[in-house]
Amino acid sequence: MSQDAEAAVAEAFTEEWGRIVASLIGRTGNWDLAEDSAQQAFAEAVRRWPRDGVPRAPGAWLTTVARNRATDRLRHERMRSERLREAAPVLSAEKSDEGDELMAEADESGIVDDRLRLIFTCCHPALPLDGRVALTLRTLAGLTTAEIAHAFLVPEATMAKRLVRAKGKITHARIPYRVPSAHRLPERTSGVLAVLYLLFNEGYSASAGSDLIRVDLCREAIRLNQALTELMPAQAEVHGLLALMLFQHSRRRARVDAAGDLVTLEDQDRSLWDREECVAASGHLMLASRGGQVGPYALQAAIAACHANASEAAETDWGEIAALYERLLELMPHPLVRLNHAVAMAMAGGLDEGLGAVDELVAAGELAGYHLLHATRADLLRRLGRREEAGGAYREALKCSPSEAESRYLERRLAETSGRQAIGQDRPRARQG
Amino acid sequence: MKYLMFVCVDKAVELDPEEQAAVGPDAQAWVKEMEGRGVRLQGNELAPVVDATTVRLREGEVVIADGPFAETKEQIAGFDILECADLDEALEVAAKHPVARFGTLEVRPFVEE
Repeated sequence: MSQDAEAAVAEAFTEEWGRIVASLIGRTGNWDLAEDSAQQAFAEAVRRWPRDGVPRAPGAWLTTVARNRATDRLRHERMRSERLREAAPVLSAEKSDEGDELMAEADESGIVDDRLRLIFTCCHPALPLDGRVALTLRTLAGLTTAEIAHAFLVPEATMAKRLVRAKGKITHARIPYRVPSAHRLPERTSGVLAVLYLLFNEGYSASAGSDLIRVDLCREAIRLNQALTELMPAQAEVHGLLALMLFQHSRRRARVDAAGDLVTLEDQDRSLWDREECVAASGHLMLASRGGQVGPYALQAAIAACHANASEAAETDWGEIAALYERLLELMPHPLVRLNHAVAMAMAGGLDEGLGAVDELVAAGELAGYHLLHATRADLLRRLGRREEAGGAYREALKCSPSEAESRYLERRLAETSGRQAIGQDRPRARQG
Repeated sequence: MKYLMFVCVDKAVELDPEEQAAVGPDAQAWVKEMEGRGVRLQGNELAPVVDATTVRLREGEVVIADGPFAETKEQIAGFDILECADLDEALEVAAKHPVARFGTLEVRPFVEE
């Protein structure tokens, strides 16, 4: 019974936190009050649900309690300021019209819109990027400051300052609490998506370690993106990013071996891929490709789908992947995309062509110091049987201080090229791991 | 909500003649539009930094010096005081200013009483 109540509180937290905070900010304009009141409501649920039973509509129960706490505090503050005014009539400039009047406007139908307003405010381009990320996790996902600090490997005091600064700017510069107007919506939506993808990648790149909170960032990013698809179903790229993250996330169990080492896409045990997530991803990819123009997230998701659809690595349709990268290059002429395009060309049978493209990147000095540039070049050289040059490129890659797991992988490869017969079976990787 | 908008330019950047000729009239058009909307309360172009003087009071003595302390690349060439509904409106107004095409506009909120 008590365990049921505990699970119910945990579930309600995931489902309702962002909604409750968003509606309280919408009504009071006070971010700290909103967070504190939501927190009090959950604390009360922890106390009362095991004793009184889980309410039939947990969300409504929590919303009412949180709203009452906020009203109490506003009333309390008003009384205090009135007392101050009586004591010192000169200090009467204090605002006193908050509280009941604002809280009385409560309108259930506005709740969904409030969450959307909240995410656009949290991800406003006038805020520093790290502040946007922190604010999104704190107010929408309900992570504590300590958890966010841990996830981003900074001291808690630093993270607390970041949050205070971001909230301060929202108030002082009057960053609006609303969904941007239609003509600015696509641009601002892509800013929101960038924050979610950054969150996801933080978690994803950490999954080689044993750091569970960092890995949870993937789940938070997916959850927030899912909410966004419900709130803005017509925005294709919102579906595109969700499809991309779900495809990547579906491989999480296969990406790392028992020793904590990264396993390349080619060597992954595909039976470990999460089929349910792949199916969900395909659905969102379809929604993302409905219109004429397919956006960059949807294209990357389509590339991920090519991998997901191959029952074994050898069946991967590299020709299709190379074609998709070519389209992606038109939208994102970024050296990383060029590198991935080169890999796809090589895998589609054009090893020399692929190596030529990588050499062009090296010559242009782009991605200098990026270990995967050299690792890719090394792999292509190895496949071409140019083992000595491959060894040099692996050494070059190791100089670029890759992560520990990646270093081990590169050392292994280096040993193979310089010593035993090279195993020609795994593919060069850029960042499709 | 009031904002002070600094209009900053890098004097080292040379504009092509076409842009140079367009800035003045475009700025006038911007002023006209924003005053019409009730967004621009006042503002002015400023003389270059070489004409600036700094004043400090140290240990009871007024210290006067030529120019500002720090030589920054971008200098304030003018300012406008804006009255906007929120930051989004202020940013939209700033983005329309012709100097945004080659210089930088800094939007700072007034501290509210």
